[in-house]
Amino acid sequence: MDLSTEYMGLKLKNPIVPSSSPLSHTLDGIRRLEDAGAGAVVMYSLFEEQITLDSFYIDYYLTHGTESYAESLNYFPDVHSYDVGADEYVNLIRRAKEAVNVPVIGSLNGVSSGGWTDYACLIEEAGADALELNVYYIPTDPDIPSSEVEAMYIDTLRSVARLVSIPIAMKLSPYFSSTACIARRLAQAGASALVLFNRFYQPDLDLEKLEVSPHLVLSDSDELRLPLRWVAILHGRVPVDFAITSGVHTYQDALKALMAGAKVAMMASELLKNGAGRIGDILYEIRHWMDEHEYNSLSQMIGSMSQRHVAEPAAFERANYMKLLASYSSLR
Amino acid sequence: MNHQQVTIDANEAAAYVAHKTNEVAAIYPITPSSPMGELIDAWAVVGEKNIWGAVPIVREMQSEAGAAGAVHGALQTGSLTTTFTASQGLLLMLPNLFKIAGELTSTVFHIAARSVATHALSIFGDHSDVMAVRTAGWAMLFANSVQEAMDFALISQAGALRSRVPFLHVFDGFRTSHEIMKIEKLSEDEIKAMIDGELVRAHRARALSPDHPVMRGTAQNPDVFFQSRERANSYYLQTPGIVEDEMNKFAAITGRQYRLFDYFGAADAERVVVLMGSGCETAEETVESLAASGEKAGLVKVRLYRPFSSERLLAALPATVRTIVVLDRTKEPGSVGEPLYQDVVTAISESVMSGASPFHNAPRVIGGRYGLASKEFTPAMVKAVLDEAGKPSPKNHFSVGIVDDVTFTSIPYDAGFSTEPADQVRAVFWGLGADGTVSANKNSIKIIGEETANYAQGYFVYDSKKAGAVTVSHLRFGPRPIHSTYLIRRASFVAVHQFNFLERYDVLAAADEGATLLLNSPYPAEEVWDHLPAPIQERIITKKLELHVIDAYGVAKRASLGVRINTIMQTCFFALSGVLPRVEAIARIKESIKKTYGKRGEPVVRQNYAAVEAALAHLHEVKIPGCSSSRVGLLPAVPAEAPDFVRDVTAPLIAGRGDELPVSAFPPDGTYPLGTARWEKRNIAKEAPVWEPDLCIQCGKCVMVCPHSTIRAKVYSREDLEGAPRGFKHMAAKWRELGDQLYTLQVAVEDCTGCRLCVEVCPAKDKSQVARKAINMQDQLPIRERERENWNFFAGLPDAPHLHILRYNTVKNVQLLQPLFEFSGACAGCGETPYIRLLTQLFGDRAIIANATGCSSIYGGNLPTTPYALNSEGRGPAWSNSLFEDNAEFGLGMRIALDQQNAYAIQLVSELTDLIGEALTISLLTVDQSTEEGVIAQRQCVAALKARLAQNDEPRVRDLLSVCEALVKKSVWLVGGDGWAYDIGYGGLDHVIASGQNVNVLVLDTEVYSNTGGQASKATPLAAVAKFAAGGKSTGKKDLGIGAIRYRNVYVAQVAMGADDTQTVKAFREAEAHMGPSLIIAYSHCIAHGIDMSKGMNQQKLAVDSGCWPLYRYDPNAAGDGRNPFQLDSKEPSLPLTDYIYTEGRYRILRQSDPIAAKALLEEAQEALLDKWRYYSQLAGMAPGVPAV
Repeated sequence: MDLSTEYMGLKLKNPIVPSSSPLSHTLDGIRRLEDAGAGAVVMYSLFEEQITLDSFYIDYYLTHGTESYAESLNYFPDVHSYDVGADEYVNLIRRAKEAVNVPVIGSLNGVSSGGWTDYACLIEEAGADALELNVYYIPTDPDIPSSEVEAMYIDTLRSVARLVSIPIAMKLSPYFSSTACIARRLAQAGASALVLFNRFYQPDLDLEKLEVSPHLVLSDSDELRLPLRWVAILHGRVPVDFAITSGVHTYQDALKALMAGAKVAMMASELLKNGAGRIGDILYEIRHWMDEHEYNSLSQMIGSMSQRHVAEPAAFERANYMKLLASYSSLR
Repeated sequence: MNHQQVTIDANEAAAYVAHKTNEVAAIYPITPSSPMGELIDAWAVVGEKNIWGAVPIVREMQSEAGAAGAVHGALQTGSLTTTFTASQGLLLMLPNLFKIAGELTSTVFHIAARSVATHALSIFGDHSDVMAVRTAGWAMLFANSVQEAMDFALISQAGALRSRVPFLHVFDGFRTSHEIMKIEKLSEDEIKAMIDGELVRAHRARALSPDHPVMRGTAQNPDVFFQSRERANSYYLQTPGIVEDEMNKFAAITGRQYRLFDYFGAADAERVVVLMGSGCETAEETVESLAASGEKAGLVKVRLYRPFSSERLLAALPATVRTIVVLDRTKEPGSVGEPLYQDVVTAISESVMSGASPFHNAPRVIGGRYGLASKEFTPAMVKAVLDEAGKPSPKNHFSVGIVDDVTFTSIPYDAGFSTEPADQVRAVFWGLGADGTVSANKNSIKIIGEETANYAQGYFVYDSKKAGAVTVSHLRFGPRPIHSTYLIRRASFVAVHQFNFLERYDVLAAADEGATLLLNSPYPAEEVWDHLPAPIQERIITKKLELHVIDAYGVAKRASLGVRINTIMQTCFFALSGVLPRVEAIARIKESIKKTYGKRGEPVVRQNYAAVEAALAHLHEVKIPGCSSSRVGLLPAVPAEAPDFVRDVTAPLIAGRGDELPVSAFPPDGTYPLGTARWEKRNIAKEAPVWEPDLCIQCGKCVMVCPHSTIRAKVYSREDLEGAPRGFKHMAAKWRELGDQLYTLQVAVEDCTGCRLCVEVCPAKDKSQVARKAINMQDQLPIRERERENWNFFAGLPDAPHLHILRYNTVKNVQLLQPLFEFSGACAGCGETPYIRLLTQLFGDRAIIANATGCSSIYGGNLPTTPYALNSEGRGPAWSNSLFEDNAEFGLGMRIALDQQNAYAIQLVSELTDLIGEALTISLLTVDQSTEEGVIAQRQCVAALKARLAQNDEPRVRDLLSVCEALVKKSVWLVGGDGWAYDIGYGGLDHVIASGQNVNVLVLDTEVYSNTGGQASKATPLAAVAKFAAGGKSTGKKDLGIGAIRYRNVYVAQVAMGADDTQTVKAFREAEAHMGPSLIIAYSHCIAHGIDMSKGMNQQKLAVDSGCWPLYRYDPNAAGDGRNPFQLDSKEPSLPLTDYIYTEGRYRILRQSDPIAAKALLEEAQEALLDKWRYYSQLAGMAPGVPAV
């Protein structure tokens, strides 16, 4: 049974890839993912904003209240160094590359143009096999048109692609007015893969405290359908590889992702909930299912149920809605 | 040899040599010596080695007495060992000083000499500490400058090893210890060349060892002790010669020649001044200047004070001398003269008496005092004493630098006399602690000192207040060595980094004619002139100043630097001063930024670079009109209606003119009136809270947390509102018990520090826009006038009487009680002061407070103002600070005295019943004072007693009248921080709570030595970073409460106001009501935690929710009622420890400097807190009557 797949030019032994999450925070964690059978590992994201904040925090701690009163000119010992840059992240990639055999994909969330490119180069130098740009931007300013937002994504990708030679994946949010168009423009700008879709911390409201309380809720299989639809629509239309990264919890979810056209099925919530060992379970179940259904290799099924290959392509557009309306009408 | 030039202060200079030449250091922090211990620890942490290739071991002890004991032990066991101390710290070491010297042990203690507390504490420099230990048998070598502090640290070490006499290496606190100066750094080879390996091995050979055992420290009888003491004479006789030899050896190695007594000045001088310490530098500058103009003046710098070599002193003095003026930087009341004076007199007299006088004529010797507690000592004063010496009948035992209009000891001086050279850049910078002015100036000195051929010097004057602290930096640069150990008198450059200083301080007093004035101005160059106060305009015109302005806050805002304008103003200084070419200066500033901020991360570096680049574009020169046109004047320091003492004494202190006050202005015994802080309107808050009655629920939380007591609440009748200013806010009071009354929450915006704690704790939110609360911050300036008027009216409204209408057991009710602690100098957002304010609200009218030295004694008692206040009846907390280490005992003494006076009064009342009357006697002896009403009733009885006996002169009656106030209940409070309670004062505290006496102990637990700058205490929690715990504290916090509970008769409460303010109020009331010892351990968030201080109360809640700080009360009285004395008041830990500790810098720093250690300590801490919780739960679950622990 051939479970291998090729993602961004990387040969993966199977399509199950842990997406960016705290599971890759340590070398042991990365080893556990490989041991569980992961086809590749996407590292947790290096957040430029976090680096900046850490830097400002350290500066604040070390300066606040200092040089004011003669008896307490400062409050903390002079520590020889602080880990406030990308060193820890870059070193982990370097050590991971020495420790595991599966491809290691760096993940970067930048803020400034200099930040994107500088850290991308550092990740490449550390030996990452590929780079996932975890781009998210919540455009709240009504004066910024969608074209400007899209241009920012394109420009970011171009600026990074100019400086690094490893393949680049763009991890996108689902909030584009023309997803297909931006997907194609990103492909033209140098993306080797599109990872659909990013999940955000969504704010909640605390009714007692009357406060906003942001927190992350782990995904479930229902969330698969949004990326599933879009990968199915884009597969074959946009010349890049696809990864589905929301709602993959079971072997069925993974198979659906592949059939929709994804080269890899990325998982995080399921592994955070039930441990890295789930990768092995799912791979076993995929094998079993393929065996039962007489598939020899993944290549047979990747994209087999994309919009272009299903009997009813319209089902990915309005069909579900129409059916729903129809059934609703029939009840009246 | 090419020497490395470094620009450092004397603490660093001495610590460098101490680190290189020692194997062990046992230390305890005390200002101004603390940085030496901190530096040597920091170097040890990073593996910096001594000259033998080993890393010294540094241990922080629980007190200086402990440090001295540890040093003694390490020395006796053969290690080269040192310590660093000052003032009371040195005095705590005194018994060991005798021991160490008596055993002829080679060691050097480095002393940043500081005043010993007498009528008041002072952190500043003089020789009263070292003079107090001069009988201990130590050699005393005085360094006068930063260079000498490094050099003499080494000469002392070499001398101690060779002579076997221990050395105090002394330099002046602050003036030298904190002065930054460009000096030549001793190389490791030079240090090695001075330290004789054979002597080091001999020291080790004398060590105690079971392999060749001896006994040291026997007890001796009258038959032998005396002889044994004399046996050591030869060592002392040899020591001056040894030091001389070491000085000569040092000169051969480094080229810097010192002598035991160094003479400067005219070879045929007739008047010679003799002194020690930093004043010698100023004296040298002055004598050189005088000698150059032909005056026959000279100076002897005393280097080796003990053993005192009369022979060498005589040799140093010119034979022509007619009058010797000896200046002592100490005061020995009741003596014939101060110590150095007496030594010199003795030396001269003995030479004359023995017929061996080297002088043409026997010289006259006069003595005087100068410079106590870092009082300025200027060339004008040196000249004055030399002029005095030239008089036919000079004043002896004089003082200089003050005006003594009581005993007329002072000699006058011409303040205009100056020796400041023309070829020097002298710059004075007025800034705030928060704006980074001092940091920038320290960088500038390093840049100029290390990157140019110029000599450089920096000295910094700090504020008495911690919130809104003003700093004044004095920087000198020039082509010749700088000897000016006094503040700049003629500045060629003055920078004012805060515009509002112009109306508050005489910022241009030091500006020389033609100087450059750099002003951070919110107004553009073309408008700024009209905003300057008239006296400033006049000074600018008459002194022909060149004015440049920059809107530094605007530039900082654009660079996201907030209030840190340091690099911006630094860039402007370099651009205007011309010390370096502009391009080079900017390059150097950037290098310096990289060096200073580099390890904090590139974003900080980039941010500061951006500020530097933007600065010059916004720097503009202002065209100065020919005449002053402003109608703006200077603000008075206090209003005209202030009491006489405040106007005459406090006001000049506030205005920075305390030096001008004569001796008669001050009380002779350090006794000061309360309540003077209210007259100083500092206006330091850029934003202040504003009350919104439509939302307020009158919960009182904002009043409860306000660290400076600037938010007050009152309930009053509608009639009281008459005459209220327009817009004075009020609402119907929500107290059923009080009926139809009005409620007002008023903010003293001029006293507010803008900390925002009140806004953060306010629970009332606007239903339509939840960001709007019942109290919100607004710009202070636009509301200042209005709120001043409102505050003044509010202050006149009646305060809540302590009556039974309300029970003051809730936060809501307590808000109505008048705070008798207000407007202190504590940090903005301080976590300690809300507890003190609460104490004074509940018990202030009957409280006597013994306050351990530390933050609470500083914001509680540091002049110019006093925050403890009186109520309308003239009662308030009587407050005193004895020492750091003895506060529990000090407070116990108060209790005992009150009890004794009470017993005596009762005895006299019983004996004088006939005079007093039976009814009043019975009342006086039987009133139950366990309630507020009872206390009031007893006060009335005592008042009646006084009235009845007022005319009676019978001695027993007069006695009764002198003690009758002791019949009214007094509440004795022992207040201090964790450094006192857990460390230095623990033994005493333990003894006091074990005594069973009725004292109340309030421990303001910040879990670190806050006042001395963040050193670890035994209250510091596991995993927290502090000085001497740079790798995260590896041991857990001591459980002070459980230790006290074990006595079973001690009321103990652990509280955190931010987590449960109701429990805090209960604990205070129960503690005070308990008729035995009570201990309240109060979590106090602190600036030393590395937190956003506006979130301080939330940090307290996080500490409780995570289980780090369980709330509990142990009430011994409960057992009698069949209840479990131990009550756990907080819930089981519900918050992961990480969610608390990583919101605080003290823990985060470790995660970012050593993540592996942080992880391990985190796990250990999590486990420890769960263990503790389980233990407390078991205590809380025990049946009544079962011993709690």
